[in-house]
Amino acid sequence: MSARRLLNPTTVGVLVVFAVLLALPSVASEFFIYVVLTEALILGLTASTIVFLAAYGGMISLAQLLLAGVAGFMFGNAALSDGARGLNLGWSPWVAVLFALGVTTAVAFLLGALGSRTTGIYFLMLTLVYGVIGFTVFAQVVTISGPGGVTSIVAPEPFNDRLTLYYAAVWLSVLAYVAFRAIGRTNFGLALQGVRDDPVRMSSLGYNVALHRTLAFALGGFVAGLGGLLNVWWRGQIDPASISIGPTLILLIIAVIGGISYFEGAWLGALVYVLLDTYTADIPLIENIGLTPDRFNTVIGLIVLLIMVLSPEGLVGILERLRRGRGIAKPSEHSIEPPTTAHSPVQTGAGQEP
Amino acid sequence: VVATSAQTTRRTTPRAVLRRVPALVVYALVALAILWVLVLAENTPAKPAISDPGGFAVTLLDGLTNAGLLFVVASGFTLIFGLMRTVNMAHGSLFLLAGFTAIELQQRMVGRTRSIAPEDVSIVSWIVPLLAAAALAAGLGVLLQQVFLRWNQGQELRQALITIAISVVLADQMLRQFGGLAKTMVWPGAVSHFVEFSGERYATSRLFMLGVAVVVGVALWLWLTRTRMGMVIRAGVDDEPMVRALGINVAVVFGVTFFVGAFLAGVGGVMGASLAGAATGSDGVWLLNSLVVVIVGGLGSIKGAVAGSVLFGLVGAFSPAYLPSEYTFYSVIFSFVLLALVLALRPYGLLGRPA
Repeated sequence: MSARRLLNPTTVGVLVVFAVLLALPSVASEFFIYVVLTEALILGLTASTIVFLAAYGGMISLAQLLLAGVAGFMFGNAALSDGARGLNLGWSPWVAVLFALGVTTAVAFLLGALGSRTTGIYFLMLTLVYGVIGFTVFAQVVTISGPGGVTSIVAPEPFNDRLTLYYAAVWLSVLAYVAFRAIGRTNFGLALQGVRDDPVRMSSLGYNVALHRTLAFALGGFVAGLGGLLNVWWRGQIDPASISIGPTLILLIIAVIGGISYFEGAWLGALVYVLLDTYTADIPLIENIGLTPDRFNTVIGLIVLLIMVLSPEGLVGILERLRRGRGIAKPSEHSIEPPTTAHSPVQTGAGQEP
Repeated sequence: VVATSAQTTRRTTPRAVLRRVPALVVYALVALAILWVLVLAENTPAKPAISDPGGFAVTLLDGLTNAGLLFVVASGFTLIFGLMRTVNMAHGSLFLLAGFTAIELQQRMVGRTRSIAPEDVSIVSWIVPLLAAAALAAGLGVLLQQVFLRWNQGQELRQALITIAISVVLADQMLRQFGGLAKTMVWPGAVSHFVEFSGERYATSRLFMLGVAVVVGVALWLWLTRTRMGMVIRAGVDDEPMVRALGINVAVVFGVTFFVGAFLAGVGGVMGASLAGAATGSDGVWLLNSLVVVIVGGLGSIKGAVAGSVLFGLVGAFSPAYLPSEYTFYSVIFSFVLLALVLALRPYGLLGRPA
């Protein structure tokens, strides 16, 4: 890869954002760094797995928050030695980390295998069912959590320091972003995109369609598990309500606001969501039009509705369009819809790379 | 082509034998479950069926009455999907809206807002709120379809996301309007009794609910098979472009279907509010229930909705009753087991077809 190719606007943009994120703690307020940005990065990391599965695999998954939750619950169960609830295994924290990620990846592999023969809207529904049943399992099975969840979780050294945790969220986010982009160019990533566009043809070319989908789902689960670990370290606790149907839909909404075919979109959507969540109440006169902070979900719902009506490609899609200076009517190659001509003999290899 | 060649070589190659393994495992598990309930069950809330037929009958009736409610809600969901390929993620919201509305109406008709006893409630002050609330849900459903779903027909995921956004807004607005406390619709006094059989008491209101569900099911079946509109809808499920080409105004048919689907969600919502109350969160629960029923039964198929409701209803009733007492809280896992078993055998549900 030549230096010229590396120096495209996207790479430069990512580097600039990375540098800004690393420099921000010395400039911005503590509240902004440790509450707003950290939460946005963690949510973005988790939401990026939705984008990964949607963009490369054509699978819109509502189970990613569940998988993040599995990692959080497993860490809490394994690392605590005398909590009020959970197994209280009392393992060393790093063993607990491995255990949590291992269980999460295994669960993702199994769930992915179960759903690997379904696609599109069926997959969306199936993963929503996963998410809600998973929530109910954690809410009801008192041996691992129960309704109150697992509390007083402490992050292992050195992540118990909030600045280190912020940097960890930055680094993991950038790593996930770069890795997800790079996977798109590997054999596995290309085959996965082939499976997305035309499973029948890929199958007859000898590719194991179900296995590709399952492995992608397991990989997405692993990264969602990383997000889940950061999340419990940041919050110090996890309860089933945090993975119930509401937050599950919110995570998808985050990916949709940003643009479900763009990896940048996951973090952008998360940032927009957290900013709205934090600062809606501060907008002057907002209460006069009936939008109190209690009605935040109405605001976020209307925003998603607006975005889906105007442009299913989300904010990044809108920005992209503005940058190219083309009209709104032009259909983008980044569409959440699978190509309608999936079985036509002539088809250009419309990948995700611009 | 793939399926045929697999069938002809099924009994010969080792790979084909391997392919039979999931089916055999599923059959074995089902047989084991039946055997457990009939004879083996030990240390469970309900005794084995042969020694405690009354308890078995109560569990069976619980399962079937739940299945009735599940069918009413899920049939509306599957009807809309079958014809339009629209996954209405706001189905649960319509369910809950109808429940809350019917409770308000009933309170006005009875003239009291709290401590309404079944004796105060005549059949009329149950049926009229039911119909009015279901009509409201149906009207809102048609409005949603006309404003948000009509012009993006065929973009399944976009439509799903639009209806998710609508469900988020509706849930929040219902929380504002009706508050966060659970409310209950009161069954009419005429059906609030108990019947006794083999030493067990059973609530007539549940049987009444099953009756309503059967009436709804029969009406739906007659409508779909015996009327012109029903035939057009069934034809549209099979081949919508052809129906369009034959000169039928598909837009009207879509609107009517959405009306009926949302109406069924409303009827289910009122029944659910009478059975278990309406509360914030019921919308998500019933969206999930509809999804499980149609994924198990097969999306778009009314027969599949019957099969899915009965299976899901029975699993929901039997798993807590026939699990050993100390494991009762694991019963939720069995709805997942049901889903896994069905999907392992038939990825598109029992009676479903690939899109």
